Amino acid sequence: MASSKTEFWTGSRAALPIVTAAGPFGALFGALAIENGMTVFEAGLMSAILFAGASQMVGIELFGENIAPWLIVFSIFAVNFRHILYSAITGRYMTHLTFFQRYFSFFFLTDPQFALMELRHDQGKQLSFAWLMGAGLTFWFPWLALTIAGALFGSLIENPAEWGIDFLLPIYFLALVMGFRKRANWISIVLASGAVSILSFHFIGSPWHITIGALAGIAVAAIIGVPKNHKTVV
Amino acid sequence: MVSTTLMIIVFGAIATYLTRIGGHVVLSRFERIHPRVEAALNAVPAAVLTTIVAPYAAFIGVAETITLLIVGLLALRLPALAIFALGWLCVLGLRSLIG
Repeated sequence: MASSKTEFWTGSRAALPIVTAAGPFGALFGALAIENGMTVFEAGLMSAILFAGASQMVGIELFGENIAPWLIVFSIFAVNFRHILYSAITGRYMTHLTFFQRYFSFFFLTDPQFALMELRHDQGKQLSFAWLMGAGLTFWFPWLALTIAGALFGSLIENPAEWGIDFLLPIYFLALVMGFRKRANWISIVLASGAVSILSFHFIGSPWHITIGALAGIAVAAIIGVPKNHKTVV
Repeated sequence: MVSTTLMIIVFGAIATYLTRIGGHVVLSRFERIHPRVEAALNAVPAAVLTTIVAPYAAFIGVAETITLLIVGLLALRLPALAIFALGWLCVLGLRSLIG
């Protein structure tokens, strides 16, 4: 078994590609959080303790739209719901850790962390606490630092619409939706949620299109079920 | 007096942490998850994110609708950052063309 120090740096190196791929979105989150009325401190705090990009973007998208706070929290919860499957799977690889180590490690369970853990497990290597911290912290620190940098920069921009910044969130969300396209039932879910969302937006009004549209997509997925041998996660 | 924003952030963080331990705490107690439940759980993120995007595609304007169509196509081939950068250029360009 390698020393903790070696394990930590092995994890850290594994996480570096994530930092370059996802890091810029931390800066974008910071800048958009400011445009949507948050302070630099609030944006930084959100990145530090949520540490979940897509849901943070959803949070600021709904923030300031006169939407009930509980619905914003609920939407964050819904977008992060996929983590439940990740934790059911990765929990099995962490039974050798102490209670504290395991529940501390779960904090860092982002999409890329899950992918790294699966990869390491597939290689037949044990997931040590040092490795998990190496990977997790290597992503967490830049995510926080870039959020703050983006927030400070964002507070300098005076007219966001002129720069197209008002339309960056929908572009980002659509890219995320497309990223899920290999999953079971994807096209049926997207069509159902999209159509019901547009209808609810028109006839009932915001923010109900989110709840009703999402329920439609989820119901469709449950009705169709999962085809045999289709890997549902990621 | 704690601001509403701080409350949203703190409760959002708690909700997020619960999703990160939830599968281990709850789902791992079951021998197997019912396929329909699994399909439903798996559908949640795409369903929620789609509902947020859809009104932008339908109600904002022609430049915005075309931008999202192009982004959807680009996403079939390119990595996230490239999609994002091209989408940004697209909305800027189309807005100046169409108005």
